[in-house]
Amino acid sequence: MEYLFFVVRRLLWSVVVLLGLSIVIFTIARVVPGDPARIALGPLAAQEQVDKLRTEMGLDAPLPVQYARYAGGLLQGDLGRSLLTQQSVNSDVRQTFPATLELVLATLILALAIGLPLGVLAGRYKDSLFDNLGRFVALFGVVTPSFFIALLLQLLAGYVLQILPVSGRLSPNLEFEANRTGLLLIDSLIAGRMDVFGDAVRHLILPTIALAAATIGQIARLTRSSMIDVSRKDYIEASRAFGIPNRITTFTYMLRPSFIPTLTVLGLEFASLLGNAFLVEMVFGWPGMASYGVRAIMQNDFNAVMGVVMVTGLFFVLINLVVDVLLGYVDPRIRIKGSQS
Amino acid sequence: MSLTTPRADRLRAVRRAWYRFRRNPAAVVGLAMVLLVFVVAIFAPLVAPFPEHVGGFVDFRNRHQPPSWTHPFGTDNAGRDILSRVIFGYRISLTLVVFVLGLAVPFGVLLGLLAGYYGGWVETVIMRLTDVFLAIPALVMALAITAALSPTLLNSMIALALLWWNWHTRLIYTTVASLKHEEYVEAAKVAGASDFHILFRELLPNCVSVISVKTTLDAGFVILIGAGLSFLGLGAQPPTPDLGTMVSSGANYLPEYWWGSIFPGLAILFTILGFNLLGDGLRDLLDVEVN
Repeated sequence: MEYLFFVVRRLLWSVVVLLGLSIVIFTIARVVPGDPARIALGPLAAQEQVDKLRTEMGLDAPLPVQYARYAGGLLQGDLGRSLLTQQSVNSDVRQTFPATLELVLATLILALAIGLPLGVLAGRYKDSLFDNLGRFVALFGVVTPSFFIALLLQLLAGYVLQILPVSGRLSPNLEFEANRTGLLLIDSLIAGRMDVFGDAVRHLILPTIALAAATIGQIARLTRSSMIDVSRKDYIEASRAFGIPNRITTFTYMLRPSFIPTLTVLGLEFASLLGNAFLVEMVFGWPGMASYGVRAIMQNDFNAVMGVVMVTGLFFVLINLVVDVLLGYVDPRIRIKGSQS
Repeated sequence: MSLTTPRADRLRAVRRAWYRFRRNPAAVVGLAMVLLVFVVAIFAPLVAPFPEHVGGFVDFRNRHQPPSWTHPFGTDNAGRDILSRVIFGYRISLTLVVFVLGLAVPFGVLLGLLAGYYGGWVETVIMRLTDVFLAIPALVMALAITAALSPTLLNSMIALALLWWNWHTRLIYTTVASLKHEEYVEAAKVAGASDFHILFRELLPNCVSVISVKTTLDAGFVILIGAGLSFLGLGAQPPTPDLGTMVSSGANYLPEYWWGSIFPGLAILFTILGFNLLGDGLRDLLDVEVN
């Protein structure tokens, strides 16, 4: 019951954060000079046409009324219409979001698959080869712009070694419609198209590495330091004294509590991961939300920009919601702490 | 009769700190890298081999020259010396850092002090606001703001400053919340000190080490995000030599003329690495937690 309260409270708070975000972004988008109606029609349109469109778009209403309309739409999941394409932002987002989601999920899986073991080994064998490797990876990942890693990978694996494709999501000669989940890897498996699956994996490798580089290091360092903290606890000493094998002590007694801080930070780190996804997508010509968002930004397409920002924010808030709910389940102390803050 | 004066004490403390700092090779290397970047940027017209290549200079006979003694980083698609442009590009990067952190840090620190010291509704309002700002990738938000204001260097600096304060607010908030029950604060209160005195004379000085470590580490991140913005075409506009812009325009000529984006990219990496090593060194030296 207490757990249910925790989840509900956390859920409500997510809604508040998203509403706050929508106010901030709406204010920024609407307060700046520039008439959206004029942008939609172009500089050559007559003033009467612009005025007519302003009325149609509801732009002559006071700002709070405009916001209320926008927020009303948001609550029903309506992101409005793109000023330039006149298409609904929802359908644009629906088309581009799965590609971004696939990239981000692959990145999280890769970052955990490499970062966790690296952190465990670095923490278990302090100042060993693993520890120094982890240190190097972490520093390199933090100080190298993700678009630069992406370019280096493109240059090395794509052009010099010529082992992997450098752009896009799928080779142009393959006909395939990802129409179930939108995720190529899953849809191709469902359809039994192993050729498509293999091709999609090959396209996914470089962008995923470029995007994961920063996160791998973060996860490794965090896991390392919490492993070291936990290893000083009495119960670890006790389990050693009882003669429990090192393997079990390390992976069961030490790794599980160490995972909690890692997961918390991973949730917050997710924001920079999403931001970097924009850059990596641009380098690899990945047909995700980034290319859509950047185009919208360059053309001052406010509704599309706001749509992209809101969906990104929603994605981030959802991930953190999942992280918190998981943590609250794993570690009951967090539920109580959550209710105090 | 003691032989020490406050002045001598302070001098000794500084010397001790410098001694401890020198024993950390990574931090010393970081400091050297940061100093190098600052010196090179300040004296750019004297240091750069071809200062005239910075603006809209064009020399098509020399375009895409590979690295050589004359052009250590090669030349770009307009025949301009890339090393000279990188050196001037550092000016932009450092301007960005100084502007963004110069605005965001004092503001963020002030809000953190208020939230941490007063608590109650002040804390609720301020901290919930930072939560909202945390819920959005800084780069994406900066993109949206810069775009809304039209893409120029000044606007990208404004956008980053608007987004950066909340990290300092959170950090100072947690620091102050733990400091405010210290005895010296209680003592100041009992002695009838004003809130202003307690905030700025008692609490703020004790946040200085946290702030300086965080700000040093942040300098690297500001450059990182700023480079991302200009990589997407939202920073300083050509022909101004911006490192991120140089990487992206050089990328059009990959893989044949790789030096066009690799050297500016390495130059970005160099600065961020410098600030990070220095920041980590300071953190160990001052023994503070900034995460």
